[in-house]
Amino acid sequence: MSTQLNDPLTRPLTKNIREDRRPTDMAAYEANDGYQSLHSTLGKRSPADCLQIIKDSNLRGRGGAGFPTGMKWSFVPMEDATPGHKYLVCNADEMEPGTFKDRWLLECDPHQLIEGMIISAYTLQADIGYIFIRSEYLLAAQLLREAIADCHAKGYLGDNILGSGFNFELHVHASAGRYICGEETALINSLEGKRANPRAKPPFPQVSGLWGRPTIVNNVETLCNIHHIVQHGAQWFQNLGIGSDAGTKLYGISGRVNKPGCWELPIGTPIRDIFALAGGMEQGYELRGFLPGGGSTDFLTPEHLDLAMDYDTIGKAGSRMGTGTMIVLDDKTCAVGFVKNLVEFFAQESCGFCTPCRDGLPWSAQVLDDIQQGRGTSEDMNTLARQIGFIGAIGNTHCALAPGAMEPLASGIQYFREDFERHLNNGHCPLCHEHNPKGKHDSQHKGQQGVSQGVAS
Amino acid sequence: MPVITIDNQEYSVKEGDNLLQACLGLGLDLPYFCWHPDMGSIGACRQCAVVQYQNTEDYRAGSRGRIVMGCMTQVTDGAIFSLNGDKASEFRKTIVESLMLNHPHDCPVCAEGGECHLQDMTVMTGHRDRHYRGKKNTHRNQYLGPLIHHEMNRCITCYRCTRYYNNYAGGKDLAAMAAHDHVYFGRHQEGVLESEFAGNLVEVCPTGVFTDKSLVNDYSRKWDLQSAPSVCTHCAVGCNTLPGERYGKLKRVHNRYNDEVNGYFLCDRGRFGAKFVNSDKRINNPGLRDEHGRYNIIDPHQALHQLVEACQGDNNIAAIGSPRASVEANFLLKTLAGEQHYSPGFNAQEQSLAQLALSLQQHSAATIPSIKDIECADAIFILGEDLTHSAPRIALALRQSVRNKAYALAAELKLQPWQDAAVRNLAQDQRSPLFVAAVTDTRLDDIAEQCHHLAPDDIARLGYAVAEQISGKANASDEPANTIAQALLSAQRPLIIAGSSCGNAAIMQAAAAIADALALRKNENAGNSMLCLTLPEANSLGQAMLSPNEAPSIEALAERAYKIDTLIVLENDLFRRAPAAVVDKLLQSVTTLIVLDSLETPTLATSQLALPAASVAESEGTIVSLEGRAQRYFPVSECQGERRASWAWLLACLKELGHPEAANIHRFDDITLACSAAQPMLKGITLAAPDHFYRNAGVKIPRQPQRYSGRTAMRANVSVHEPKQTEDDETALAYTMEGLNRHQPGSLLPFVWSPGWNSNQSLHKFQTETGGPLKGGTAGKRLLDNRQNNNNQQKNSQQAVATTAPAAFQASAGQWLLVPRQRIFGSDELSSYSDNLAELLSDASIEINSADASLLQVKNGDGLSLGENLACLRVVINNTIPQGCAAYSVGIAGTFNLTLGQRVSLQKASDWQRPKQADVIASDGGAHV
Repeated sequence: MSTQLNDPLTRPLTKNIREDRRPTDMAAYEANDGYQSLHSTLGKRSPADCLQIIKDSNLRGRGGAGFPTGMKWSFVPMEDATPGHKYLVCNADEMEPGTFKDRWLLECDPHQLIEGMIISAYTLQADIGYIFIRSEYLLAAQLLREAIADCHAKGYLGDNILGSGFNFELHVHASAGRYICGEETALINSLEGKRANPRAKPPFPQVSGLWGRPTIVNNVETLCNIHHIVQHGAQWFQNLGIGSDAGTKLYGISGRVNKPGCWELPIGTPIRDIFALAGGMEQGYELRGFLPGGGSTDFLTPEHLDLAMDYDTIGKAGSRMGTGTMIVLDDKTCAVGFVKNLVEFFAQESCGFCTPCRDGLPWSAQVLDDIQQGRGTSEDMNTLARQIGFIGAIGNTHCALAPGAMEPLASGIQYFREDFERHLNNGHCPLCHEHNPKGKHDSQHKGQQGVSQGVAS
Repeated sequence: MPVITIDNQEYSVKEGDNLLQACLGLGLDLPYFCWHPDMGSIGACRQCAVVQYQNTEDYRAGSRGRIVMGCMTQVTDGAIFSLNGDKASEFRKTIVESLMLNHPHDCPVCAEGGECHLQDMTVMTGHRDRHYRGKKNTHRNQYLGPLIHHEMNRCITCYRCTRYYNNYAGGKDLAAMAAHDHVYFGRHQEGVLESEFAGNLVEVCPTGVFTDKSLVNDYSRKWDLQSAPSVCTHCAVGCNTLPGERYGKLKRVHNRYNDEVNGYFLCDRGRFGAKFVNSDKRINNPGLRDEHGRYNIIDPHQALHQLVEACQGDNNIAAIGSPRASVEANFLLKTLAGEQHYSPGFNAQEQSLAQLALSLQQHSAATIPSIKDIECADAIFILGEDLTHSAPRIALALRQSVRNKAYALAAELKLQPWQDAAVRNLAQDQRSPLFVAAVTDTRLDDIAEQCHHLAPDDIARLGYAVAEQISGKANASDEPANTIAQALLSAQRPLIIAGSSCGNAAIMQAAAAIADALALRKNENAGNSMLCLTLPEANSLGQAMLSPNEAPSIEALAERAYKIDTLIVLENDLFRRAPAAVVDKLLQSVTTLIVLDSLETPTLATSQLALPAASVAESEGTIVSLEGRAQRYFPVSECQGERRASWAWLLACLKELGHPEAANIHRFDDITLACSAAQPMLKGITLAAPDHFYRNAGVKIPRQPQRYSGRTAMRANVSVHEPKQTEDDETALAYTMEGLNRHQPGSLLPFVWSPGWNSNQSLHKFQTETGGPLKGGTAGKRLLDNRQNNNNQQKNSQQAVATTAPAAFQASAGQWLLVPRQRIFGSDELSSYSDNLAELLSDASIEINSADASLLQVKNGDGLSLGENLACLRVVINNTIPQGCAAYSVGIAGTFNLTLGQRVSLQKASDWQRPKQADVIASDGGAHV
């Protein structure tokens, strides 16, 4: 991974990240203006002022949904008559297929997140924070724990931080290892030690979240922006972006490109420019399509390469910017297998709470498997279409997982229907490594492998 | 009231309801699985999907609207929905198809078949063709104890079971495990389900995952069961039940909804304990002992003749009634023997406590709550009771009462109580205050704010101290009395619960003193307080009402120094009530002992003449529950063999004797009427249920569903000619499938069924609204109803309440005070005869503090000898028991010589060996080690 822009103020999130990816420690962080925002904000500016700056900055959540952060925060009751805790939770459970941006921030500059969280907590007057981190991110968790200890030693965390009267405790909590833990209310349930099932909304976590108390859950990248915005102002942040959105964004590409990676760029950078940073497609491969923001977004095609990578533009093109990390489909890979792989992932990661997701996704995966193995029938395309309508609308399901899973499927059928038809008509496909003659039923179904025995998962 | 539009039709609905509730209340069929009327909504199954339109324009413009879940959508004025549009119907159909992907389609061999909510909903949504080609997931089932059968493959993952078991009933050993389409509902390892309310899983599960094991092993379809409205006879709460019978056997007991009593749930003693009616200890024929002591079967005419002979002329007759027999049978017995010679069948302690409970309730300024009222309490103080074992359904209600704090918090956020997950997430472990003062640990300790383990007299002293705090007569620093008093004072609906478990009158009096002080308090909640006093048996309060204070107890009869020519004992095992020495003394003075009972009790085994009585499942009767609710039970089936209802034996005898009071009594209803006329306190019992003249639209009420099969075939081995159905002259119910089961009074509801709704979920077709009364009214008549006028009664309030606390308990060297350890299975007489509970019954034990144990040099599992050969019991060390007290298993064989409150010496029994019995105990009262 490399940094392309050299002015630190134009790439605030990655300015401390070194080429060798060794973590920035407290001394190095402070040497580069680290914790300045802490000194200039705590006890010196009111939380209301800070909130106004965040609102004015037009920062939108970087976890995938792009909800305006300032607006999200404004629902937290500030004049809370009933005494009790308020919580700030950092969602570092980065499990979206194809997404690895938060890991970069966590492993290379843990103090940035902590400073962002302290300023955020001060703004929200939250007294307890959790970093809910993907359990596989062992290095990041270790670095964060060390950084938190350093902050305690410096008086940046704990009671009466820098004499401001503001108290904030921060804990690192390893995730239970399931994709759904990244859904903010499932994350809260998981933090409480319950099954990681999403909660029905309303009530929103801002009002009744962790332990029933007001809670804000934000993505790592979102929180890393906060103290920069508070320090440099809303206008500075707005100016960083190209087009309507504000700030920078970590963009990534994986798949058959020459240099897969992750870059901090002005939000709204054209997709073609990001592909250029990745060195274009590998020799011998053509771009057929790509998922712009992780495994649960709709396909875009080469004709969309000149679009600006921001929330609204990608939304209008029929997909979502999501996490901003793209997965590339090349011309040597069959879309059926590509999509099946994703649907199986989401079927496996369903929490098992609501019917369309729990039972509908394995059903879709089974149909896709049959099609891929050459056992499909023309009726199967109708079944898939029915499934997309059944599972694919938010509101039909309890949370956004299953509708997200339907996005690559629905758009995959839309753009790459010939792949499906090749499998249906010929029973096999030259792009697929595994191809069976039509009608031979010897493959393993997901459903029959996963026999749940007793308490086995 | 909001007005909503559903498929072009406007309806007025109840403010705050969700759309599913509203639709069911309007009589519309909207399928659902995870929603439960008493557990609210979570939105998991997505089955109750409807389409909502933004507004009229949206609707008229032909918009497709958006799918919303009925159970998660609050009705708002002007909202427009479509239930039957293609989009909603198609979605619901696909939901069922998805749920059925892994369902084994084993309906023919499934115990839920024919009353399966999943079957009903599948048909209702129109799903028929299966598109899924994959293999089905399978699971391994678990052994969950002798009562519940587990068949996980049938699961549709609605989460009702864990929501009920853990969230509603406070269980800890059933969980949802694993994820995606492998979610598994079971225990972490195989074993008996610990909750005393696990049986409700059978009715909560919408399909056949959890089924009644005894029904599975001896199966009949619901449509082949004959059933009648009945009342549980295993404690004084008076839960309404629906026993189902076929081939002369009781197959199962289901809950019978009563909005004010048991609501949707029963305890396991009530659900499974009723199998005693199938016991091989049932008496089928009259028996007469000859001069050689041999017992011979005689025919019923001869038996009646013997009975009449024994009651003739100058014979000196005495009679002992029973708090487990009906008011009517007891009344006839009292008539036969005369008031002077009739004992209500209590021992002296039981009798004084039953009379005290009656008197305190009559004179209390506080309200006597129904179970529904108990669920509304927002601060509770329990004195001396382990309710989970002594009045189980109340314990389940209290688990809901402590959630009133959560509902109050939810109301601040405008969350409705039915938003179950949201309300629980908001409140977490915040509860309304519950205080327990008991002699041992109790099963409600986990939800209690404070638990105090005290000797009975000290419990009463704490009670009095709380009462004094409330009336402002005491020093505010007196703890814990002050904390308890403040919590009760600031509550809108405080509830005080005590009872007879400890055999201690002062506890009940102290409880009444607190309830009165609360009713008379001067703050904004003045007048609101509730007093609940529990008694041990189904008709304990009825017996207290029937017999005045001075009626002789069993001990008093034994003390009478004259010869009794004939002693008639009605449905009572004297050896359970009084020490063997007392009973022996009584029986020695008796020439002829006549026992009417349904079971071969030790008392019956010593009789000269034994008369086979019908059980609760084969007879009618009225019993009075602890809240003073007179309730009628009806025969589920005809009497087998030569059994007859006790009242029928006694009425025949009175008629033969030409007794003047029997002149106008010809049938059961006449007894009820005569009793209500003779005893003013029982005046209301005729209103417990309609009499035999009642007709529903001109016809009787059928005990058999319309699909009842085998009328001819069932007895084809006897005769191929179908006999005329037995006529029931005594009740408004018929032993047939002809008749009308709709809109009749709630007390006459023999089963719930509605077209398309074959399962117990059809109940909503019989309710006025979700959780509301039945359309025909709530069953039962409250005889002590002071809910309307409790303020007027303040004048009398102090009369019955003793105002002085007893002296503090002092442990005395070498003597231990006997206190109770109740057990849900075994502490009541009848459930101990139920075969399916045998595995769960434990031998009798004595629990002592570890300091006392080291003093006595005993350890867990040793034997202790009590007093002068009173008993010898297994030692359990339990440090919650106050030093100087010893808790014994009440009601369990081996302890009948012991009396609560008695002081006895304890001595290590060196040669003691534990009786050979099951080691596995589901509910042994908590941790003892």
